Amino acid sequence: MPALCRDCGAEPGEVPACPDCRGRRIIRHPELFALHIAHIDCDAFFASVEKRDRPELAARPVIVGGGVRGVVTAACYVARIHGVRSAMPMFKALAACPDAVVIRPDLAKYAAVGRQIRSMMERLTPLVQPLSIDEAALDLAGTEALHGAPPAAVLARFARDVEREVGVTVSVGLAGNRLLAKIAAGRDKPRGFCVIGAEAAALLAPEPVRLLPGIGPALARKLAGLGITRLAHLQALDDRTARARLGDDGPPLVRRARGEDCRRVDPIRETKSISAETTFEADICERAALERQLWRMAEKLAGRLRGEDFAAGGVVLKLKTASFVQRTRSRQFAAPTRLPDLLFEAARAMLIREADGTAFRLIGIGAQPLLPGHLADQPDLADPSAPRRVAAQAAIDALRARFGVRAVRRGRGL
Amino acid sequence: MRFKADRATLLKALAHVQSVVEKRNTIPILANVMIAVRDGRLTLTATDMEIAIVEEIAATTSRNGAATAPAATLYEIVRKLPEGAEVELEHGGADAQLALRSGRYATSLVVLPTDDFPSMTAGTLPHRFSLSALALRGLIDRTRFAISTEETRYYLNGIYLHAAETDGTKVLRAVATDGHRLARVEEPLPDGAGAMPGVIIPRKTVAELRKLLDEVSGEVRIDLSDTRIQFRVDAITLTSKLIDGTFPEYERVIPRDNDKVLRVGKKDFADAVARVAAISSERSRPVKLSLARDLLVLSAASPEQGTATEELDADHVKYDAGPLEIGFQARYLNDITDQIAGDVEFRFSDGAAPTVVRDAADASALYVLMPMRV
Repeated sequence: MPALCRDCGAEPGEVPACPDCRGRRIIRHPELFALHIAHIDCDAFFASVEKRDRPELAARPVIVGGGVRGVVTAACYVARIHGVRSAMPMFKALAACPDAVVIRPDLAKYAAVGRQIRSMMERLTPLVQPLSIDEAALDLAGTEALHGAPPAAVLARFARDVEREVGVTVSVGLAGNRLLAKIAAGRDKPRGFCVIGAEAAALLAPEPVRLLPGIGPALARKLAGLGITRLAHLQALDDRTARARLGDDGPPLVRRARGEDCRRVDPIRETKSISAETTFEADICERAALERQLWRMAEKLAGRLRGEDFAAGGVVLKLKTASFVQRTRSRQFAAPTRLPDLLFEAARAMLIREADGTAFRLIGIGAQPLLPGHLADQPDLADPSAPRRVAAQAAIDALRARFGVRAVRRGRGL
Repeated sequence: MRFKADRATLLKALAHVQSVVEKRNTIPILANVMIAVRDGRLTLTATDMEIAIVEEIAATTSRNGAATAPAATLYEIVRKLPEGAEVELEHGGADAQLALRSGRYATSLVVLPTDDFPSMTAGTLPHRFSLSALALRGLIDRTRFAISTEETRYYLNGIYLHAAETDGTKVLRAVATDGHRLARVEEPLPDGAGAMPGVIIPRKTVAELRKLLDEVSGEVRIDLSDTRIQFRVDAITLTSKLIDGTFPEYERVIPRDNDKVLRVGKKDFADAVARVAAISSERSRPVKLSLARDLLVLSAASPEQGTATEELDADHVKYDAGPLEIGFQARYLNDITDQIAGDVEFRFSDGAAPTVVRDAADASALYVLMPMRV
């Protein structure tokens, strides 16, 4: 069976440890040298960057996040051993791991490291689709002649290069499509290298439905109500039953549960839009309740726009009805913005027309087109209160950076 | 209905009304002009439901009645008739066709029922004053370029006309802004305008009114309520709905303490802006003004095409404050200088703050311009 040493790139054959480097990270898979879609994900990215810059912390539990009242943005693997997880409130994290070193996030630094890694990816293939600051999908089809090695070997070398040149570790998932590559990348963290080939359906069958990207707590609960808790249960449904029980989203969901995915790696997609969406615990039809959810998403979107230094040239409102019918509405701004109020107001104006008593299961708000950040919220002669709003938002952002997202909230979000 | 009119008179009136008719044609009758003869008077009426124009013209009438016919077609036909021709129109009532004869030419036009023609009622218009056509032109020309086309802030899609006070003098003030620039122009307050509500006159109404003002020189009578405004220019009555919204508190964005003053000849400045801006076809690229004592350097750059600079020295500019760099969109600068005859006066605060622009010889107009980051 084809085999590859993740740590030195040797092709060791049927031995338990690599004869060249004595490492035990040998990957064996019948399709190892045939698969070419990869998902690369940095391990505990923010925490790893901090550990790189402060080597004395290497063995200590490190948490990147806000103050005592904030939340965990990232936790290193040492902290994870103590049960610390991202998005956990800081007081809980510190209760679980009292001697953790807490570091305030330095997003600009992480973005710079993310860019460095991305440019290294772009040396492997032009088909790099960034999915977040530390995560990307790559298609290495047809690059074997260029690199003189099959994708698996190129990726293993890449992982070693990142470790040596950047000082953080990555996990690699290699598969026949993006979905499986993503699942693979998560299976062997940290410093992972996992391959999923034709065994995908059998491999996924015993897993809980939450493993599938896109199945959040709300959908998982709904599925559990139908007796579907494992991916095998989904795999067993035929198209008609799937549609009857799960609506129009049923058949595609079943296909994904079987490990099928036909999305292409699209290198230009990432910068087209930034959005935030949420699926409700229970369907919502009241306008006021929808607006509260919309406000939360508008704040999230505004935060992402600031984080990635973009401005919204317009807003897209996305709604999904209880019967899984999607509605999108869009509107352009005269002047680009990334203030949550303005994003919310524009989306709310569109929501008012849609909130006619229909029950919705999802609401989302996106920025489109995305414009360079410096264009956001330029002073506006027709809006004398604009400078005050920009200043108020800056004050809110500063407080949140110190005390966490929940430190300051607008009344309409309560 | 039957009347005879000379081609030139009819053509001029049709030109006025056909520009008001609804061009999108969603409701067929709105593309029509209503032609009516009553008691020896001939009137043409057109409306798009927001604006209505009624024009009375000289004609030899011989039978009362009314008909509606497609305004654009009628205008084209009359326009193609020979100069000096006499035109006769006749309509037999109900759904008979409208006959038009001139010399050896004859045509029949399909009509739509006059009952379906919408009438736009003005309601009571409690405020009335008069303004010379010249003054009204001045108010419009110096503000209309700043009207916003942004649909979300519909209350910016017009000229805000209201009574105000400047340094203790009562004035009639017109203001327009699109957020990037603001124009504020004043006329002495006419009798009868003191108690008028502030009204926002829609862009299309402004454009139609402005066309009419090209042809007259006398007084324009203005009647208004808080929902309608009516202009009477000679034999033409233009009635329009007003924008139902609140104009922003623009006074708060007009800087009071800008103390860095630049004076420059309008032509020198406008020509230099046009020359340096020519380097970039991208409209949003700024022209940078770099100021030092009695020196103005204009520059523009385009990553694809190169750079351009032009200097205006002490022979052309007067500036005695500290060095300053500030950028503006070329078109915004030109829109303002187009309205200024002699010297332009800029009052800056700093490179990021709104700048005040005035005609050095005329205090009635004030412009505020937002800089672009350069």
